[in-house]
Amino acid sequence: MTTETTTILEVRSSPHLHGPLSVDKIMRNVVYALLPLAAFAIWNFGLSAALLLTITTATCILTEHAGCRLSGNRSTVNDWSATITGLLLGLALPPGYPLWMAVVGGLIAIAPGKLLFGGLGSNVFNPALVGRAFLQAAFPVAISTYTPAGLANRFTEFIPTTLTAPLMKPAAMLDAFTSATPLVMLKFDHLYSDPWPMFWGQRSGSSGEMPGFLILLCGAYLVARKMMDWRITAAMLAGAIATATLFHLANPQAYPDAIFTLFTGGLLFGATFMATDPVASPVTPRGMWIYGILMGFLTVLIRNVGGLPEGVMYAILLGNALSPLIDKLTPPRPYGARKPAGAK
Amino acid sequence: MSQPQDNPLLNGLWKENPTFVQVLGMCPTLAVTNSVRNALAMGLATTFVLVCSNGLISMIRHQVPKQVRIATYIAIAATAVTVTDYVVKAISIDIYKALGPFLALIVVNCIILARAEAFAAKNSVGRSLMDGLGNGLGFTLGLTLLGTVREVLGAGSFLGLSLFGPHFEPWVLFLLPPGGFITLAAWLLIFAWYKERKTKPAPSAQDLLDARS
Repeated sequence: MTTETTTILEVRSSPHLHGPLSVDKIMRNVVYALLPLAAFAIWNFGLSAALLLTITTATCILTEHAGCRLSGNRSTVNDWSATITGLLLGLALPPGYPLWMAVVGGLIAIAPGKLLFGGLGSNVFNPALVGRAFLQAAFPVAISTYTPAGLANRFTEFIPTTLTAPLMKPAAMLDAFTSATPLVMLKFDHLYSDPWPMFWGQRSGSSGEMPGFLILLCGAYLVARKMMDWRITAAMLAGAIATATLFHLANPQAYPDAIFTLFTGGLLFGATFMATDPVASPVTPRGMWIYGILMGFLTVLIRNVGGLPEGVMYAILLGNALSPLIDKLTPPRPYGARKPAGAK
Repeated sequence: MSQPQDNPLLNGLWKENPTFVQVLGMCPTLAVTNSVRNALAMGLATTFVLVCSNGLISMIRHQVPKQVRIATYIAIAATAVTVTDYVVKAISIDIYKALGPFLALIVVNCIILARAEAFAAKNSVGRSLMDGLGNGLGFTLGLTLLGTVREVLGAGSFLGLSLFGPHFEPWVLFLLPPGGFITLAAWLLIFAWYKERKTKPAPSAQDLLDARS
């Protein structure tokens, strides 16, 4: 097929008109939308968050470049997707996360999570979450050690665990540097926190997951530019709210209300930036609703019934795994087509 | 399958390696490779059974009626496994406990039956013994490679010797079942890649696409 031919008449299948949007343009805008979150993370956690985000992004880009070269292909770094994966991974890790583990996470996210499946467009799971799930399974302690936001010396000193030597255990942290997330406090100490201050980003957690208002704003930017489908986010949040309300009504003592569920953990961040991965999510509008609601339901189910305080990551990975099936079950009806007689 | 001029020992060890080329015996491969010691013990136990069963089966290959050959092979393998079981128990009760049911399950390890059916039933006793030894050592090599990665990353040690000092952060995942799958996949990838590079000058993905269209 590589022989040169003079094109006299080009016959192609539809679509014939191409919009101005291209993959790298969309991806670039997702990077823009993530930058305010990165800035907020750095403002909250200082040097450690800045270095963490730099390292995860650099690892992802380098892995993608090296992987493409090793398989004898043109490097696909320019489509910005590896940058997004790196930023998402960094934003989903605790701010004081040891850097050498972050490098492992970036390698796993891109090499097996994306390149082995065939690169952008073929990955079954959101690569950043593949990396994070690996880290959660490999180093369960480090990923559940959180730092309070806004420490006084955050711009002059690193969080001690950040600079752990490669392959070594992070040093046990002083109490001043650790702080349980609201979800952990609820699950293990039965302490309820007021959700509204959390919406403005005042809590501990993964470096980029806290500023709810900013996440929604950045998501709205992508939706307004038609670069992201709002249905998945809306469906996931709706599913989570409905499930949380049912749990709360059944037993108000044990289970938190919907507002708390919404503003804690990575639900807003995951629903806006992770679940909407255009490759690993369904493409039909009906499928998107099913997919989103399912993930919202699973998130709350894992939080309330499971052993882990947070369930967004596994909920999204399960949703990713189901999305080809959902697509298959929800084919759109072609324009003008009728249901065949006798079909349900 | 194997040409008469091939060396059955080297074939089993490398060219038709049971773990990485034939992809046989996956159950013990995944289950007992969380340390080098267990992997070695399992590999050597299987080697012993393979050599015994291959030799015996080859010896009686003209006497066994075709209809009952599988039952005969299993009975012979079971005998060898029982011997191994007692020997391992006598040498080290620790290893015996670590290997657990997988030691007895060598009877139904598909490598044993595969070699019996595909090689020992058709070849002379000497060649069958060599084949059993080659495949057994190849299996041991495969298990040890897996065990090395899993023990070094999962416990920071090799054969129980600490490599990185007391502050090593263990990669818990590699001692758990998923670690077995990940390590196996990584080794298979490396072997497949190596073989591809050896057989032809590395084709790029573009070449493959062109070849298909």
